[in-house]
Amino acid sequence: MPIVTMNVNGKDVSGDVEGRTLLVEFLRENLSLTGTHVGCDTSQCGACVVHVDGKAVKSCSTLALSAEGAKVTTIEGVARNGELHPMQAAFKANHGLQCGFCTPGMVMAGLDIVKRRGKKLKEETIRAELEGNICRCTGYHNIVKSIQDGASKM
Amino acid sequence: MENFDYHRPAKLADAEKIIAKQKEGVLMSGGMTLLPTMKQGLAAPSDVVDLSGLGNVGIKVMKTKVTIKAGTTHAEVAKSGDLKKAIPALAVLAGEIGDPHVRHKGTLGGSIANNDPAADYPAALMALDATIITNKRAIAADKFFKGLFETSLRRGEIVTAVDFPIPEKAGYAKFANPASRYAIVGVFVANHGKAVRVGVTGAGPGVFRQKAMERVLAKDFSADAVAGIATKVDDLNEDMHASAEYRAHLVGVMAKRALKAAK
Ligand code: FES
Ligand code: FES
Repeated sequence: MPIVTMNVNGKDVSGDVEGRTLLVEFLRENLSLTGTHVGCDTSQCGACVVHVDGKAVKSCSTLALSAEGAKVTTIEGVARNGELHPMQAAFKANHGLQCGFCTPGMVMAGLDIVKRRGKKLKEETIRAELEGNICRCTGYHNIVKSIQDGASKM
Repeated sequence: MENFDYHRPAKLADAEKIIAKQKEGVLMSGGMTLLPTMKQGLAAPSDVVDLSGLGNVGIKVMKTKVTIKAGTTHAEVAKSGDLKKAIPALAVLAGEIGDPHVRHKGTLGGSIANNDPAADYPAALMALDATIITNKRAIAADKFFKGLFETSLRRGEIVTAVDFPIPEKAGYAKFANPASRYAIVGVFVANHGKAVRVGVTGAGPGVFRQKAMERVLAKDFSADAVAGIATKVDDLNEDMHASAEYRAHLVGVMAKRALKAAK
């Protein structure tokens, strides 16, 4: 069985995988990092978004072996010293979640939006940028508000 | 998904060697189409040769043409300042593929080699009269796309870059499927001075040129010129998203929008 080695949330990790092992499976099953979710089988929902070498990608459509040597950040790697990241705190403050299933992906997408588009985000920008993240509960309104608020506090 | 042996060569020569040895092997670039296809059990290759380790990435704008290397992601094409000046419509098109996460992985080479009938890039390559460069030869876009998921690529042939002549003006408009963001119909128009080319994706079993529009646009490159130019319904796609008649109608509407947006 091939072995994959990468850095996840600042820690070097490695594990046995198959060719077909998806990055999300490696994170959840090998590393027990279950914050990254799988919400679909069609690369549409974005519940699985993580950052690979600084870019938001869908870990359900990424092979674990293709992340060999990469720096991966998951939702578990976002808080600092036991304190929520401003983006996470903003989701809490703005009721940006109901069941919470989509939230890890939304937060990781939100952080990626800030990285690419800056901290002062227009509502339309956020809505367009959330094209790849689906929420079945909130109706998006408070998610957009959360990202706008979180971005401004970063 | 069935299991397979995974390869990630760092050199083109190694990729060629590996794929030549594997009869049931496939090439993968960003994997944004291949992996979902494999998850659904529609493909079960013995070997996957991942080309993302080749580092074949970059956009070079020259006097009369732009060369984009095959491994360049949609996100990189969409944000390239040089490209936005040379062929802004192409940057716009790349920025409308899928969603931001998909654009971080999906590549130009992967998209055209797969030739999904609803993919965006084929329309641009047709309209811009692009040349596809492979490890073996150069192929004109007109000869490259062969309809439903088929191209003139031979076994083991690897797309390495695409050359785009810089047009005087070009524009792209698509009517996207709201769930997948694939084109229900997408039209790319390009004015090359002497000739005008119109590439249509999503409407038919493969990308095609709307030649009736090209003829009138050569005389008058404006949205008004294509009013009343019909697209033959016979060969168009029909599915739960849109009937063939609706798609034919959309070709006209998207052509007008593309012409209005042309820069
Ligand atoms: S689980 Fe990855 S997009 Fe839905
Ligand atoms: S909060 Fe339930 S899916 Fe978004």
